[in-house]
Amino acid sequence: MITTRRSLLKTAGAAAGLGVVGMPALAQGAAGKVVVIGAGFGGATTARYLKRLNAALDVTLVERDDRFITCPFSNYVVAGFRKIEDITHGFDGLRKAGINVVKGEATAIDTAGRSVTLGDGAKLSYDKLVVAPGIELNFAGVPGYSEAAAEKLPHAWKAGPQTLLLRRQLEAMPDGGTFILCAPGNPFRCPPGPYERVSVVAWYLKNNKPKSKILVLDAKDAFSKQGLFQAAWESEFPGMITWISGKDGGKVESVDPAAMTVKSGFGNETGAVINVIPPQRAGAIAQAAGLVAENGWCPVDPMTFASAKAQNVYIVGDAAIAGAMPKSGSSANVQGKVVAAAIVAILAGKAVDAPALLNICYSLVTPDYGISTTDVYQASADKGITTTPNAGGVSVKTPTALNERKLEAEYTVNWYKSITSDIWA
Amino acid sequence: MDIRVSAAVLAAWLMPAAVWAQTTGPSGQAMAQTCYVCHGPEGKSAGPIAPLAGLPKDHIIRQMTEFKTDRRPGTIMNRIAKGYSDEQIVAIADFIATLK
Repeated sequence: MITTRRSLLKTAGAAAGLGVVGMPALAQGAAGKVVVIGAGFGGATTARYLKRLNAALDVTLVERDDRFITCPFSNYVVAGFRKIEDITHGFDGLRKAGINVVKGEATAIDTAGRSVTLGDGAKLSYDKLVVAPGIELNFAGVPGYSEAAAEKLPHAWKAGPQTLLLRRQLEAMPDGGTFILCAPGNPFRCPPGPYERVSVVAWYLKNNKPKSKILVLDAKDAFSKQGLFQAAWESEFPGMITWISGKDGGKVESVDPAAMTVKSGFGNETGAVINVIPPQRAGAIAQAAGLVAENGWCPVDPMTFASAKAQNVYIVGDAAIAGAMPKSGSSANVQGKVVAAAIVAILAGKAVDAPALLNICYSLVTPDYGISTTDVYQASADKGITTTPNAGGVSVKTPTALNERKLEAEYTVNWYKSITSDIWA
Repeated sequence: MDIRVSAAVLAAWLMPAAVWAQTTGPSGQAMAQTCYVCHGPEGKSAGPIAPLAGLPKDHIIRQMTEFKTDRRPGTIMNRIAKGYSDEQIVAIADFIATLK
């Protein structure tokens, strides 16, 4: 909050015509210039809500691709009940909202001089910078794995060509083969994601290659919505999925792309398809700009998501260390709104409200079987972001006459439509 | 800027940062905007999740209270509603009632 107070004083000074040095846009009477890096869930939400909360702001969104392909619902492309086009979002809606979308890759940030350098050498100056680069995969975290090896053993943890590669491998897999998924330790993008993936892969295999098996080799001893997933695996695909926890030897020691094997304490297993989800860290630009802690993720002020490493910089989404909040699309969307409100207030010389934080993660086990986890959060400068007690949690263990699994499957689809409209439409 | 806001800003300057942080809760607008994750931008959902835009304040307060106390069965809303105080539910409803 100290940063906020200082910014408040500075801005108040500028508004009173005291000529505060180093705030060029504000000194010229403009509302302020904000640069956002990354047009995913976090960055695009922030850009959009900055304009919505103050249309006079100059907002530039830097993105290296022409469109964004969401990780949420990419498991359904792998399983074959969604197309890649269904999860691809262009940026026309963002442009119509008055956002200057710039194609390029942010390669350096000068936090003292307040500018971002792009791959082509162009420089963008800012009053406030939002860094939302998502994740970088740590290929070296799994011995034998590499970016090249991912062409044979896909991670499919960044949606796009990798998603389609895993889909093709699944289609080519012989009936009776083993699909191996190697799951990382915490923290990582989308905690229920690996378990949703094996669920919908099992649904595909049950309907197309019923003699096949799925083996999950996990670095962890527990996972998101575990009770619900395991009960669903038992009822929907009995005997098909085996999950090996870290303490039972599930932590992967190495992979061999040539031999198509995975070595762990569980043994040396051969897979027909091997899906390696390696450990992760904040996206490359956050690493390059020194915005990360020793663990590779970005520490932030829990009240505003201001970087703990640099002034006038905010971190949104998977890259941030957000206390109890998981790295999810919903979290990134909600955090983007918090950062937008904080920046708008600070640039206007107003007090910043406490953040409103919430997360919702829906997962499908089959197209007609949905489960969810949700939490509401509280933030404080000393305790960070913590789960609001006596609220939140997972779907009911035993469905009632409401037919919760079917309803939540429908809500999963509606959630995707709503959140993607909120961001990119 | 009215007198009340000026007093709040002045108080913010005079108060120690930690105290200030604890005395300013999330606004109704900020909390309501988190609803859009499922209920759609500006509360306009394509369904089957209920649209919020156009709902009167009293209706929202009643539904949220019934979810919170489990008088109305639901899937996820019971779990979410329990995360908000009665005052916060009123603040959320105040803002949502402005959505057309």
